Amino acid sequence: MTALSLKNVNKSFGSVHVLKDIDLEVEDGEFVVFVGPSGCGKSTLLRVIAGLEDATSGTVEIAGEEVNTVPPAKRGIAMVFQSYALYPHLTVRGNMALGLKQEGRTKQVIEDRVAEAARMLSLGEYLDRRPSELSGGQRQRVAIGRAVVRQPKLFLFDEPLSNLDAALRMNTRVEIARLHRTLAASMIYVTHDQIEAMTLADKIVVLRDGRVEQVGSPMELYNNPANRFVAGFIGSPAMNFLPAEIVGGKKGQMIGIRPEYLRITDQGRLQATVTHVENLGGDTNVLATTEDGHPVTLRLFGQHSIQPDKIIGLDYDDAKSYLFGEDGERVVVA
Amino acid sequence: MNKARRNPVNIAAAHGILILYTVIALFPVFVILINSFKTRRAIFREPLALPDADSFSTVGYETVFNQGDFFGYFQNSMIVTVASLFFILLFGAMAAFALSEYRFKGNTLMGLYLALGIMIPIRIGTVAILELMVDTGLVNTLWALILVYTAQGLPLAVFILSEFMRQVSDDLKNAGRIDGLSEYTIFFRLVLPLVRPAMATVAVFNMIPIWNDLWFPLILAPAEATKTLTLGSQVFIGQFVTDWNAVLSALGMAILPVMVLYVIFSRQLIRGITSGAVK
Ligand SMILES: Nc1ncnc2c1ncn2[C@@H]1O[C@H](COP(=O)(O)OP(=O)(O)O)[C@@H](O)[C@H]1O
Ligand SMILES: [Mg+2]
Repeated sequence: MTALSLKNVNKSFGSVHVLKDIDLEVEDGEFVVFVGPSGCGKSTLLRVIAGLEDATSGTVEIAGEEVNTVPPAKRGIAMVFQSYALYPHLTVRGNMALGLKQEGRTKQVIEDRVAEAARMLSLGEYLDRRPSELSGGQRQRVAIGRAVVRQPKLFLFDEPLSNLDAALRMNTRVEIARLHRTLAASMIYVTHDQIEAMTLADKIVVLRDGRVEQVGSPMELYNNPANRFVAGFIGSPAMNFLPAEIVGGKKGQMIGIRPEYLRITDQGRLQATVTHVENLGGDTNVLATTEDGHPVTLRLFGQHSIQPDKIIGLDYDDAKSYLFGEDGERVVVA
Repeated sequence: MNKARRNPVNIAAAHGILILYTVIALFPVFVILINSFKTRRAIFREPLALPDADSFSTVGYETVFNQGDFFGYFQNSMIVTVASLFFILLFGAMAAFALSEYRFKGNTLMGLYLALGIMIPIRIGTVAILELMVDTGLVNTLWALILVYTAQGLPLAVFILSEFMRQVSDDLKNAGRIDGLSEYTIFFRLVLPLVRPAMATVAVFNMIPIWNDLWFPLILAPAEATKTLTLGSQVFIGQFVTDWNAVLSALGMAILPVMVLYVIFSRQLIRGITSGAVK
């Protein structure tokens, strides 16, 4: 069964066309990540799915039912916001229970579900505190708990980790992945961070300017980007793009090489001057500039001592490089 | 505060200025209060002297209590002020919420129209208002005053409150919608508590002019039963003779309730400011 299906969804704010012809399916139990740069319409799409905004045209179906005119509370969804959005006047328990109370559940059901969620998210000892007495990570766990207790058909997360510091972000990411496994629920997760997208997703949807650029599993997107935008967005450090001319290709085309597939050799097709070296311990990132002034990044495994200003030769396997046409679309070489 | 900034000279100067301002601001109140306890002759001979055994007299207060229905006036003023503030805050906040939260045709125009009232003094329309009140039979009722003051206070209230409501997190309201709260619950339970400091500001701005107003009570509700305190005190001010003892006593007592209301609202103001800062 499909948990969510979007058909031809458009959304305009006045004359600003934010979402353009979005078609999308989310299977039952799937973890789908919407990723794209800030302002590309990810949150707007999520709000349309939640029913907080009306689509200008197109249909939204949740679990096989068209929900275009169904209010958010009746869509069988739950949402976690970037800013936590906890009710400041309620305790943790009250925050989690409110949605169930509104649905008219019995006291016993509410109590059980809150206890279960609190156990799952280790919030047991904070149940009687108010949001202002919690740390950022705890607040976000409460927000997740508030979604979990409703047992929705579809979870929606809008950049839930953006306000957390790096260590907490990692922990919470793992926690969300674990939650997905235990609940086996369908989830849609919005982020601008491609690492979160790669690590969490069954399926990634790359958005740009309100359009779906490509849909696929993380490895599909990494190995087979459909266009230059996706190629540059997925992977870190980002893919290098060089005019194909300088390695003997067609004028106007671009060649894309991932930093991890460039290697240093004496007789390479490229010559570059090292500008900066980042030693990360496990790997080393080398930033360099080619003879004709194009910046390139290499990612070397292990530790290397390379001095800035050194001139290095670079080479790559053709099989590990990508060719993009003038319009940015991938050109598949036969 | 950080130690480096705690320069004793600066502190002394700051406190000096604050104390000076307080003294200047409170001086008229102080003069009113001390003179309300003096004999008429003492008021004119030495207006700044404290009442002593010779000059002490409560004749002013006695006159006030014996002449006219002082408590009635007092009650009228209180009812008018509190009811007007209540309606200004309620309707002002509701309009502000609608303007800041919902996208609808003519939203901006509606906002401008409501704000127009800030620039046009309501007294210009006194004749029309009087005619309206006569036609609706509201003359000489407290409702006449409450309605006029509510209308007078709404424009600024809507203007200030909608600015604050725009700052209330959209996510919070959306979380409420997903949990199935009605728009009224979202407004009363989630949004209003967060704009409490702004509501207190609006209340303080509106309270004093309403309490002190003489114009509309004189025109719309001059009957004995609906006189406000300010209007009631006018009986002591004659064209030729003014009973200063009574005037000062009436004024002295009129200050108290405003002060109580002010203390209530300013608590809210300060609490709002600090709760935002510590978060
Ligand atoms: N309520 C709104 N009114 C007008 N424009 C909006 C509104 N909400 C979002 N937008 C516009 O839609 C675009 C996408 O916004 P958003 O979905 O928040 O992006 P993202 O979440 O991907 O960063 C932005 O250009 C933003 O200015
Ligand atoms: Mg967003």
